[in-house]
Formats: sequence, C-alpha cells, structure tokens
Amino acid sequence: MSVDQATVRRIAHLARIKVSDDDVPQLQDELNAILRFVEELASVDVEGVEPMTSVMPMPMKKRADVVTDGGIADAILANAPASEDHFFKVPKVVE
Amino acid sequence: MTALTDLSLAEARDALLKGQVSAVELARAQIAEIERARILNAFIVETPDKALAMAAASDARIAKAEAGPLEGIPLGIKDLYCTEGVQTTAASHILEGFTPAYESTVSANLWRDGAVMLGKLNLDEFAMGSSNETSYFGPVVSPWRRAGSEAPLVPGGSSGGSAAAVAAKLCFGATATDTGGSIRQPAAFTGTVGIKPTYGRCSRWGIVAFASSLDQAGPIARTVRDAAILLRSMAGHDPKDTTSVDVPVPNYEAAVGRGVKGMRIGIPREYRLDGMPAEIDALWRQGVEWLKESGATIVDISLPHTRYALPAYYIVAPAEASSNLARYDGVRYGLRVPGKDIVGMYEATRAAGFGKEVRRRIMIGAYVLSAGYYDAYYVRAQKIRTLIRQDFERAYADGIDAILTPATPSAAFGLGEKGSADPVEMYLNDVFTVTVNMAGLPGIAVPAGTSSEGLPLGLQLIGRPFDEETLFAAAKVIEDAAPKLKPPPKWWA
Repeated sequence: MSVDQATVRRIAHLARIKVSDDDVPQLQDELNAILRFVEELASVDVEGVEPMTSVMPMPMKKRADVVTDGGIADAILANAPASEDHFFKVPKVVE
Repeated sequence: MTALTDLSLAEARDALLKGQVSAVELARAQIAEIERARILNAFIVETPDKALAMAAASDARIAKAEAGPLEGIPLGIKDLYCTEGVQTTAASHILEGFTPAYESTVSANLWRDGAVMLGKLNLDEFAMGSSNETSYFGPVVSPWRRAGSEAPLVPGGSSGGSAAAVAAKLCFGATATDTGGSIRQPAAFTGTVGIKPTYGRCSRWGIVAFASSLDQAGPIARTVRDAAILLRSMAGHDPKDTTSVDVPVPNYEAAVGRGVKGMRIGIPREYRLDGMPAEIDALWRQGVEWLKESGATIVDISLPHTRYALPAYYIVAPAEASSNLARYDGVRYGLRVPGKDIVGMYEATRAAGFGKEVRRRIMIGAYVLSAGYYDAYYVRAQKIRTLIRQDFERAYADGIDAILTPATPSAAFGLGEKGSADPVEMYLNDVFTVTVNMAGLPGIAVPAGTSSEGLPLGLQLIGRPFDEETLFAAAKVIEDAAPKLKPPPKWWA
C-alpha cells in the first residue's frame, strides 16, 4: 500500500500537525518508504493467532475507588502556557 | 595516581564507605569533568549545585552509618525522566522549559538509595532515533573516534547522552530507556554495559512515554557489576504503573560472579544476516567460544519470526507514539503557537514543537490506526508480536537459559552518515535488539571487542522473563574474557 498526496494531508490533519505544500512530496516519499518496509508483514500467516494485548501476562491490577490525590491546582497549572483563576486558557471554542 | 572519576561505581561505593573519599569530593571531581567535556553535548542541563547539596547530605548519612546502597554516587539522568524542579524536555522543543512538580519513580528510587544527581542527559527527541541526532538540543558526540581520524561519531541512540557520559567518565552510571534498542545499541557503540530489564521490572511512572508496551527503564554503566548495582536500586513494584510487576528484586550484584557452568546458551540462526560484516560475525563466534570455555553448552536454535520483528515494531511503536504524544497540544504545558482557532493552534504548536522524525512517526501511527487500516496494520502487527514471543517461549521451554547475539550490525558511524535520504536505513540499527522489546524480555549489551577501526563492538544476551541474574552472570564471563578496552584518549578535555 502507498499513500498519495491527499492522504498525506489527511493524515497530517488527523495527527494535528500543520504541513506546508512544499513539505508534502518529501513526506509522501518518507511515509511510503516506511510502508514498503512493513509490506512483508502481509505475507505472514496469522490465522488463529491472538494479538498481544498484555506484554507480561498478569491480571489487571485494581485499587480501591477512592480519592488519593488532589488539591494541587497551582502545581498542575504551573507549566501552562496560559491560565487564569485555576483554569487553562484556550482560544475560543464555542461561539 | 588514578583520578577519582576513573574508579568504577563499585570501587567508588567501597571507597566512600571506608572514608577514603567524601561524596562532596567525588561530586566535585565529576562536575569538573563535565565542564571540560561540554563539546560532547552529553548534558542538556547540568545541576552542580544540586549535586553538591545531595553529596553533602550523603556525607552526613555516611558519618551516621546510615548509608544507602548508592550513597554518594554521582549519576546522570536521561532527560526523559521527570525530575522535580529540574527542566525535563525529552530533547523536544515542545517541552522546553517544562519543570515537573513530581519525580519519576525510578529516579526517586535512586535518590532514596543515596545517589547524587549531576544533571539531565541528552537523547534523541522523545527517544526516537538510533544516533542522538534528532535532539532539539543538538547531537551528542561520542568520546570514541576511528583510529587516525578526527571525524565526529555518533554515540548511538536514543540514550546517546547516557552512553557518551558514562564512556567519557562524566558520571559513574546513568539512567536510560529502551523501546527498540535505545539502551543496548548506544552501550555497544560506546564500549559500555547496558541492560534493558524485563517489561514491568522498572516503573514507567514519570518517564515521558514513547511506546508504552515497549518502553523500559534500565542503566548504562562501565562494568557489568556497576549495571547490576544500579538496576537493583532502579527496579521494583510501583502501584502507580499498572504494568509494573509485583515480584521481588534479587540482589543482582550477587549473581555477577556466578559463571555459566552448566548453562545452555542458544545461538539463533536467523540472526546470521545476509551481508553481515565479517567482524560482527567473528565477534559473535568469539563470544560463543568464551562461553563454551567457561562451561556453557552451546545450542543452535531457531527463532523463525525474527525477520518480521523490525517491520512490526515500525507499526506498533509509531501507533502507540501517536496516541501518547496527542497530549502535547499547547494547552497544559510546553510550547504554544497561536492559530486562527483552537485546531489551528494545535496544528501550529505541534508543527513547530516536534522535530522531523517525531512528526513522521506520529503520522505513520495515525495512518496505521485510522479507519480501514487498523486491522491490516495494527492488529496484524500485534499478532506477529505474539508469534515472536512464542518463538522465544519455545526456546526457553527446550531448556535454553540465555541467547547470544550481536548487539548491533556495525560499529558506531559518523554524524550525518545515515538516514538522511531513507529513514529505514537508520531503523536497521535495531535489527538485533528490537525482538527483545517486542517479546518483553530482558537483554544486556556487553563490550566484547573492537572493529578494524578501533571502535567498540558489543554482544547481546537475551534472557527469560525476570531472569536478569543469568544475564549479569553470562555478561560478566564475556567481560572478563574480552580483551580489556583501552579508554578513548581525552581529546575533548
């Protein structure tokens, strides 16, 4: 499988990464080189094989459903590019 | 007289406990070495004041006979580990200036045991790379050079700062991480020892995530014993990481001198690649001889799905990366670049904040996870991962204790030499190491010889799940048998 330039633009938008028109041809070549590299996987017989979901087989760990942390709004906001009154500030989302 | 910084970690530890040297003296000596070696670009941030304060506290604890297992030992921390109050960047512009309010579990374990922090070590951006050339803060230069040449070489990656700093004796050991070979490949390139423990052995909490089902923390050190000492402190169960496994951590140092007598060492025929350089093949055969002479039984084995590991990795790792790196959106931390609306802000921020290789991998990941391709790429790759693990399980069920392979397909290469035209050329560096991550197994790289150009070459040992002890024992046999590596001349100081 290979990607065309429209697909490159669609993937970039899905990934929320701005690409300029000048970047598209090179990105297309690089993505296609990687897709060619993984192509041989299509020839592997995976009939009846379970996909790996847990690297080390073990039961899912659980803990009591209680609050263990909190009250640290200042620490959480300390690295925010823009904040006000314990809120993260973002560009207007709703008109 | 030997300089303090020439000591091994184990020797420094013993000298501290005997009162032959103070932790502050050791930290001062190390800080001076770091200042002289800035041309290597191994550190992103140096923390000399913190180091001296921690060292003074260590001296006080030693005086009160309250020393921890790493008391007073100066270490470097890969800048993928969050360190409270000290900038943590993952070598990315998007995290420049990020100062965590918390400490990663693994680094906290080291401080609990008395270690001293010298600073944050350079790496490939978000640990994506095999040469440390993708760092926003510039490439790391290896202390090693080809015989008769001054051309700068890469230290390997992604833990290139860790490997270079340990090899150049800027610290007694360093933390690193390994997603596809990022501990073992730079260790092999720099003549150091690096172990990626079993998945779940070390907590991933507080380590910037790349590919969560593959990432593992581990140490890089100058000797097998030093790596064993460090891993014991780093490892352990952490309730904050659901994949952290609750099993006791053995005293790895005690396993170091155990030897390989009676062990069955597997030699996988699929690792003998077409076009493999003769010196890599010779090194591998030499390793086999050393283990045989020390009483191990050598067994030819087959791991039939080996060739599919690297392509499958380049589906699984980018897929997980695209998901993990979705959090860098210019809202909660890091860089923000304005846009015409919120999506425009996300897109501009991520375009400016991520480097080329990271953007490429996020896009591949988004593609293989997108509607219509998920089963053909991602689910298929996860099935192949099961087959790769079953290959190893069969070998171990047949009584194999550990598997010996080359660590890398070549010695270190020059800055700018690889991957500029085709990203896959760089990816091939991990051909021997990536299977281990796909199966979640432990693997160690140990120096075993030199290339025709005088550069270090390493061998890799792969173990059973949670049997890092056997790896330390077998690696020590190779370390002892191999000709002693002459450290690189200090051209940088």
